[in-house]
Amino acid sequence: MGEFKVHRVRFFDYMPSAISAMAFNVHTERLAVARADGTVEIYNFADNCFQEKVIPGKDGRTVEALCWAGQRLFSTGLNGEIVEYDLENLRSKYTVEAYGGPVWTISSNSQGTQLAVGCEDGTVKIFELVEDSIQFQSNFDRLKSRVLSLSWHPSGTQIAAGTMDMIRVFNVTTGHATQRMMVDRAAGANKKKEVAVWSVVFLSDNTVISGDSAGKVQVWDSQMGTLIRTHLVTKWDVMALAVSRDESSLLAGTSEGSVVQFQFISARLDQPDKEWQRTRTLRSHSHDVRALVHTDTAAVSGGNDAHLVVRPFMEKVVKGSKESAPCKITFPHRSLVSCGKKAGILLFQFPERLEVWRLGESNENGEELSVTKKPEALIHLKRKGDDHICCSTLSPCGGWLAYASASSVRLFQLQYDNDSIALTKVEMGPLHVLLWFVFFVPHYLPSPSPPPPEVSKQAVHLMSTSDDGQWLATANSDCEVHVYNLKKLKYHCTVPVYGSCPSAMAIHPTGSNVVMVHADQKIFEYSLEQKEYTEWSRSLAKKGLHGSWLNRVAPVTHVSFSASNPDYIILHDMNMFCIIDKSLPLPEKDSDLVGAETQLISNSSVFPSVFKNLLCVGLMEDHSLVVVERPLLDIATRLPAPVRQKKFAT
Amino acid sequence: MVAHADTRVVHRGGSKINFRAPVITQDSRFLICVSGECIKVFSTSTEECIHHLQGHKELVTGLVLNPSNHLQVFSCSEDGTIRLWDFTDGILIRTYNVRRRILSMHVSAKGDVFLVMPVKRNKKEKFGLVSLNLPPSVEQHVMVKGHTIVFQSVSTDPKCIAFGQGGEYVASVKDNVLHVYFLNKKTFYRFALGTSGEMAARNAFTCVACHPKDDCIATGHGDGKIRLWRNFNQEKEYTFSTVHWHHSGVNALCFTPEGTNLLSGGLESVLVQWRYGQEGQKDFLPRLGSSIKEIVVSPDGSLFCTSHTDNKITVIKNCTKVSAVIQGLVHGDGVKTALMVDPRTKALVLNGKPGHLQFYSLQRDQQLYNLDIVQQEYINQSNLDQFEVVKAALDSRGSWLATVEQRSAKEVEISLKLWAFDEHTQSFVLNTTISAPHDGPISEICFSPSSQNSTTLVSVSLDGHFKAWQLTQPDPSDDEEASWSCDFVGDYHSLEPKCCCFSADGSLLAVSFKEVVTVWSPASWDLLTTLSQPPGAIQDLCFGRLSCSKYLLGATDKNLCCWNLLTCSLEWSTALDVSLLLADPLSENVAAFCGAEKTTDLFVFRPSEPRPHFSQQALCTGRVTRAVFAPRDEPLDGCEESSQWLNRSQLYFLTHNMELLTFLTKPEEERLMALSKQPTIDDSVAMTPFYLLLGKHRKRQEEERDILSSQSGVRNLLPQGSVAIKELLHTPSHVLPSTSILCSMFVSSLLVSVSDSRDEEQPTEVEMESEKEEEDSEEEGASVPPRPEHESSDTGAKLGPVLTKAEHRELRGVKKLDYSWIRGLVTSNPVVNTTKQMVKTPKQRVKTPKPMAKTPKPMVKTPKPMVKTTKPMVETTNP
Repeated sequence: MGEFKVHRVRFFDYMPSAISAMAFNVHTERLAVARADGTVEIYNFADNCFQEKVIPGKDGRTVEALCWAGQRLFSTGLNGEIVEYDLENLRSKYTVEAYGGPVWTISSNSQGTQLAVGCEDGTVKIFELVEDSIQFQSNFDRLKSRVLSLSWHPSGTQIAAGTMDMIRVFNVTTGHATQRMMVDRAAGANKKKEVAVWSVVFLSDNTVISGDSAGKVQVWDSQMGTLIRTHLVTKWDVMALAVSRDESSLLAGTSEGSVVQFQFISARLDQPDKEWQRTRTLRSHSHDVRALVHTDTAAVSGGNDAHLVVRPFMEKVVKGSKESAPCKITFPHRSLVSCGKKAGILLFQFPERLEVWRLGESNENGEELSVTKKPEALIHLKRKGDDHICCSTLSPCGGWLAYASASSVRLFQLQYDNDSIALTKVEMGPLHVLLWFVFFVPHYLPSPSPPPPEVSKQAVHLMSTSDDGQWLATANSDCEVHVYNLKKLKYHCTVPVYGSCPSAMAIHPTGSNVVMVHADQKIFEYSLEQKEYTEWSRSLAKKGLHGSWLNRVAPVTHVSFSASNPDYIILHDMNMFCIIDKSLPLPEKDSDLVGAETQLISNSSVFPSVFKNLLCVGLMEDHSLVVVERPLLDIATRLPAPVRQKKFAT
Repeated sequence: MVAHADTRVVHRGGSKINFRAPVITQDSRFLICVSGECIKVFSTSTEECIHHLQGHKELVTGLVLNPSNHLQVFSCSEDGTIRLWDFTDGILIRTYNVRRRILSMHVSAKGDVFLVMPVKRNKKEKFGLVSLNLPPSVEQHVMVKGHTIVFQSVSTDPKCIAFGQGGEYVASVKDNVLHVYFLNKKTFYRFALGTSGEMAARNAFTCVACHPKDDCIATGHGDGKIRLWRNFNQEKEYTFSTVHWHHSGVNALCFTPEGTNLLSGGLESVLVQWRYGQEGQKDFLPRLGSSIKEIVVSPDGSLFCTSHTDNKITVIKNCTKVSAVIQGLVHGDGVKTALMVDPRTKALVLNGKPGHLQFYSLQRDQQLYNLDIVQQEYINQSNLDQFEVVKAALDSRGSWLATVEQRSAKEVEISLKLWAFDEHTQSFVLNTTISAPHDGPISEICFSPSSQNSTTLVSVSLDGHFKAWQLTQPDPSDDEEASWSCDFVGDYHSLEPKCCCFSADGSLLAVSFKEVVTVWSPASWDLLTTLSQPPGAIQDLCFGRLSCSKYLLGATDKNLCCWNLLTCSLEWSTALDVSLLLADPLSENVAAFCGAEKTTDLFVFRPSEPRPHFSQQALCTGRVTRAVFAPRDEPLDGCEESSQWLNRSQLYFLTHNMELLTFLTKPEEERLMALSKQPTIDDSVAMTPFYLLLGKHRKRQEEERDILSSQSGVRNLLPQGSVAIKELLHTPSHVLPSTSILCSMFVSSLLVSVSDSRDEEQPTEVEMESEKEEEDSEEEGASVPPRPEHESSDTGAKLGPVLTKAEHRELRGVKKLDYSWIRGLVTSNPVVNTTKQMVKTPKQRVKTPKPMAKTPKPMVKTPKPMVKTTKPMVETTNP
């Protein structure tokens, strides 16, 4: 395998943004996650929770609530607008002003025909969904305080609205309130503080369940307007509630970072009278849990600590299967780092800026090398406009730099003169909107190329060129991989469509083979010249991959090759990187794989214990390895302090 | 060897009352708990033991109330029997013979009986839960045949099995698995918790409890969590919630009868009360003394009962208040001190709670008191080096106590403390603390048995020295008390001393240094002689007593040697691995405990005689290193030769698993059985010594009072004077007679009220006497039967009270007369006087000299001259 000089890069201070809202579409199994900076991410739960799409945020837009109405995704924020997203082009389609001040919540009825929004001024507004737009329909009786939470009865005739100190039940047809349920304030010193009903859930048996800022989860009878049961869950706030589809299980997310499960079970076995009993407590967050989703098999939670946590329920999944593994998504499933292989410089992408760094140097040999020349930041490039940067790249020679946002693509030329650096903007002709990702070919820029006949309209999320600039491969979220010949500027072929989305892809520098790793951890190698899978890929598919490789949770985000040995493939995901040697025979499927350096696929080396929380692993021209790490502890220390919790023996 | 059918080894006194959970009776008045081979019934209000239920031949392993009759209790034992008792009368009703070792017993709410007993399976012995049908019978002894196995492998601890929902299902936990078996449906569910690696130990189940009404099973775990299981009739959809307060394993769980609360306890010695349904709210009852082992709730929920690891049962009233503590002999991790008998209280003295010495009365099977030796807070946490009492010694009169405490943190810290018995407080008071008395650990201390005031304490340490300590009287000018100081430091060729022993008269001290025994004179501290019998270092030393006092016995790890001190030569020796040598202070007998392979043999012999009096092989498993001869209160009448050695004192010994065993002879056993069958006085008050003392007295008083009232007719014994005063004050002043008339009456009424209580003592006798006297005097004149003089003086002292009798009668009459009482009083006085005068006159003649002396009294007590006069008469008769 050989030895590498490794640059352990820890100066990329990437901060994921807090999760503020989530919505799950049961029919398509897509989870929409909104972050505090306005970014909306779409995860495909049918495909190993792969982050399929990212809609970049925009300055001045916050997302307070998300909701699916059929296939359409809506969000609202404190700027008072309702936004519908264009999920094909990954941008907002249109915005509608709600005229009620900041909008706290949005909810659609189960039929997907109407939207209800709750506003700061105490109104609940109903919008009707029409083709390509929404239309204001009616206002409900105005309440005295802001509407923080809304929930439709499954029949669509009633709405429960949580406000300060109170829950109201409205009749949708008349717009009048039918019930008024007062929520108790916290005891003691907080008696004077109003109670915010952060979340309500309306069940089909006319039960309303509320979670409030006094830490209570309360069960109400909405027909009589009476309180049935109070569960004191926390000393702090209950921020989110989520109920399962069969209404037998309820999750409550608290400011302490714990998620409490309630189940609708009978006290006596074999008897029909059931009640909500508190059962499990899941502790997977350090900060407030702001958003919760109850899927059929798992609890999905997100909050201020920016982790998206999927915790499967053991009784709903087969033990030992892939669904039974808990999964914590912190980093995006795409690369935020590009390496200038030849120049030894790195490009880091932030939503609002780009940073170019030169790697440090060392002349020593041994286990741990001291840095003789410190890494230095070359360029801080701030973006223009309100739209966040969605992708960026650096040419291998380090001479060109480009980034794109929702509205524009910008290209810069870098010139190094010993210590001084010159950055000049290069004007570009109009680009095809399809090409979201810009990758640099050594010799010339990609220009619009004719698409193949029956290409899908989904946006491309991966792009790769060969080192000689002959081939360009693109992948979109419909799992298609198209290959273009850049020299001839024409469509070359399409790789046979596989059921899982490619998470990483690269073209071999010499063999003109494209290697794809999919979200379900399968690896394929496709020969562009023969237009068929290579021998190695076929034998791999025949033999099958090892279970412990397939059961990994994090998708592979980067594929690269070794210039010295064409048989090496370097892969990495968030937790490990591995080097596959194609020349070695494949291991037996059932053999035991233990230890730090295990053989996973072919004779590959995995380094899970040494490097953690990886954002990028790249091989430089001088045969040194660049490992960009972002320790989770560094992220945690930069978060605001969590609510104080009593720890045992402190 | 001699067969000893008439003596057997028994648990008697100091047995574990916390071995199994106690049972509270339906009416919460009694607490029944196991205690070795017998069962004890305590009163929950007075903490007193009311009955000993004796009958089992081996350890009692389970107790349950008879579900069909709440005045009966079932017990099971390792001897293979189930016995049914009437605990109010202490009567054995029936014996069911199962003929297999029974380890615990359960009764479901339906009345089915379940036992845990060994079950053979695949040639391995496992413990199974077995359902048993007790046949209805009227006979005393019933053989029980046939049983069905419910569970194949269960824990022997009864905490790990619980019945729910009126016996619908049974939950059993073992290691990391919870099993639920529905008895009617015959369905079986198994729930396992993380069984691998480190998780396994943390998740291990420790106890289980079932909710009385809901289908909820509570389980305690090794890491202090409590899980509440619901929906457990499904293999996959089961669910549980977790609550966590305890920092170490949960030892006990119990639901209250209504199911509103869940009680839990563990090492923290805090009783935690969780609200069922709102587990966030909890109440604590802290500082219960030591870690909780079991929790029991009375059927009406008013009493909680926790049993603790230090052999204590605490009764808690109304969830908040400790109302009674029943303390047994504390079985610590190890008894480091020797067993001793306190000469004053005849109590056994040994290590008790950490840092304490306990005084335990074996006769009454009750702890007398705890003496805090270390006087430091004990921290309930493992891996902490804390001071421990390692040695203790009492002098022969019980007026001095010496203790050695030791902590072996990094370097050994030792301090020697001397305690004087304080007659006033009836306990030991610290007199002298000697820190670092030796450089090394102290291996033995002993007091010289000399009966003089000058007591000597000898301490022997591994640092190569032995030291003698003496009480030095301070200067009379100082106010300081006498304190102890070092008198002599001795060594012998810088060898390590091991043990020391004084001869019975205190004239010789033997100290063993490795193979050599040195004999010293404590008077001059001269080395008198050395004795040696290699090979092997001396492990134990002991002088013979009484007629054998010329012998010195020494035990090496291979030999037992006996030296004659007159000839300074070896008298005899024998190959024995003696672990403990013990001389009976009241006879010539010496007991030697010999460690065989795994068991211990006992030989009792006289040093002068070649044959042992008594020997018993395989006494118990493990080595015996602590034993004591406890002198009996009254010697037994020796009958059998083999048990004669037990006549003067009783031998108690501790096995390696801290069980206190003793020997019981047949006649003694019969006597005890007879005692236990005595009908006892029951009812609301338990039979306590205090009750016996006070209750009898009160009863006698009541009887006396009855007699009194029946004779005199006075019911109300309240001072009549107060009535008079009341009437006096309530009467309108214009109808009252003049104050001069009233004054004397008023004063006398006051006198009456003061002396009233005294005259209760013997009023009847006095009255009868006086009457008799009157008759006598009339008939026989001066020839009155002679009486002891002191009695007459007694009555003379009681003049006042006697006088009140007349007053009483008058007042009684007065009460009926309403306002006319004044007149009655005024006029009646002369009347009474006159009637008496007639009787009096003859006597007046006889005793002319006396009235002179007594004149002051009549003046004060004008209305009562007549009785007074009778008294002088008595005096005069005698001369």
